[in-house]
Amino acid sequence: MKTVMSVLAVLAVIVAFWYAACVPMNIKGVLDAAERAGEHVTPAAARDRRDAGALGLVAGNTFVIARSWSVDRPRLPAPHQVAMELWETTVEKKITSKRSLIYHGKITLSSTLLGFAIGTGLGVLLAVGIVHSKVMDMSVMPWAIVSQTIPIIALAPMIIVVLYSVGVQGLLPKAIIAAYLSFFPVVVGMVKGLRSPDHMQLDLLKTYGANTAQGFWKLRLPSSMPYLFASLKIGIAASLVGAIVGELPTGAVAGFGARLLAGSYYGQTVQIWSALFAAAILAASLVAILGLVERLILARMGVKS
Amino acid sequence: MIYVVLALVVWGIGWWGNAKLANGPHADRQLVQLGIPVIFGLTILIMWELLVHGLSVSLVILPPPSQIAVRFASSLSILWADFTQTILKGALGGYIIGCLAAILVAVLIDRSDFLRRGLLPVGNFVAALPIVGTAPILVMWFGFDWHSKAAVVVVMVFFPMLVNTVAGLRETDAMQRDLMQTYAASYWQSFFKLRLPAALPFIFNGLKISTTLALIGAIVAEFFGSPTVGMGFRISTSVGQLALDMVWAEIVVAALAGSLFYGLMAALERALTFWHPSQRGRS
Repeated sequence: MKTVMSVLAVLAVIVAFWYAACVPMNIKGVLDAAERAGEHVTPAAARDRRDAGALGLVAGNTFVIARSWSVDRPRLPAPHQVAMELWETTVEKKITSKRSLIYHGKITLSSTLLGFAIGTGLGVLLAVGIVHSKVMDMSVMPWAIVSQTIPIIALAPMIIVVLYSVGVQGLLPKAIIAAYLSFFPVVVGMVKGLRSPDHMQLDLLKTYGANTAQGFWKLRLPSSMPYLFASLKIGIAASLVGAIVGELPTGAVAGFGARLLAGSYYGQTVQIWSALFAAAILAASLVAILGLVERLILARMGVKS
Repeated sequence: MIYVVLALVVWGIGWWGNAKLANGPHADRQLVQLGIPVIFGLTILIMWELLVHGLSVSLVILPPPSQIAVRFASSLSILWADFTQTILKGALGGYIIGCLAAILVAVLIDRSDFLRRGLLPVGNFVAALPIVGTAPILVMWFGFDWHSKAAVVVVMVFFPMLVNTVAGLRETDAMQRDLMQTYAASYWQSFFKLRLPAALPFIFNGLKISTTLALIGAIVAEFFGSPTVGMGFRISTSVGQLALDMVWAEIVVAALAGSLFYGLMAALERALTFWHPSQRGRS
């Protein structure tokens, strides 16, 4: 309860700070509009205002403060503007509309999930191979670890274009980017998990006469679950970033990445912010769903959380 | 056709050699442990080269490593300019600002129980979000030059760093803190002599995670607008011109920069946290 209260307090402070920041961020545009409407602003000349500090302008023109929260194309939109845009583009628009965030979200989500499934599937397979084969362990594992220090997302534009030139387009190229971004964290986490049973437990199974497969299914796989889920959560967040970045170079057709890029081309800041929040909500829900699945599975296995 | 066969032969030899080494008597030696991944990497590179020639893969799909190397060597000045713009100015500038800010905020948060309870869940939540998405906004605010890239990097590294540092500052147990109290140590004395050293492994964990995030942020932010220099800019324009050897050369630079950056942090960690169990016995 105390935690909830302090989180709410922190959130309230953040929102208040956001509203306060809107005023100096938007003041110049607001003043220009006010001047065009024939109102008296200080200083009156546009050139003086351009060179003046934003805070000084706010102090000199207190009457426009309220207006800076409802500018049409603000530098920083106020929270309620973003919330309204989110509401309009998710609930009020038809899902099939090109302006509906649900439409764009579905496109991003489908490539994220497809890529995540491919990436984790292959990642778990490779981890199983690494744990059981010393050659694979020694030759592949160092590269899997090094790959985590490299911004492999820089490959994204090339993958899109190359696959396009061989005739593959649509969902799959983005899914491939999402897949390889989630692949390496899953490999590293899963190897750690499959190695987590200690010698005592492995020896015990050996005294039972268990073969490798039995040891895998009855000991290694169950004990790897906490590690697997920890890396799945990292992996799905990485997949989402990959899918979003993968949507950038295709010329902004559809998806959250396209919304971000189109918004930045046309100066539609409210659109950028709402796409950003929608992506954040999507990421948070995906991680939360994984957390729920983890709790269910661990509870079935009898692990006390 | 001969190239394809050759590629398979190379693969066979490489794998057979590695299997020999890995299951051989010297598998525990450091030289062997370093050599096996190197052999594996070389095998892949040679196969790549042979297969590209053998299957006559078009240059706009996958250039062979030899051509990437030639392009790399012949455009060193461009690559260096991109490197300074993106890595040294954008990524490193943002990294230093972001990490320092996060550590300072963490020290502040740590002094107040209320703030810690309130900010940590928020920080954890934000750390999992696709923060790269703020790039278009920050590019709009700070202009096309490296300042906006540094800003994206600051936002990206701030929260992982904050969460790690706060966790690290809570690492000391009551006994140790009580001991400091019996020595009549002031807050800052016990901070610098006990809690900061104890937090270092966590801080370095955050610093190491952040190196990759910083490079990702700086490169991806350039996809949203940049001056005519920079790795992200070069990648997106070279992709447009189908000059894939240039793209690969940039990726090599990014990989080298990423590993170097991470390696520097790891070396610093080893120097500063030599006392920690995870570092002992490595020397």
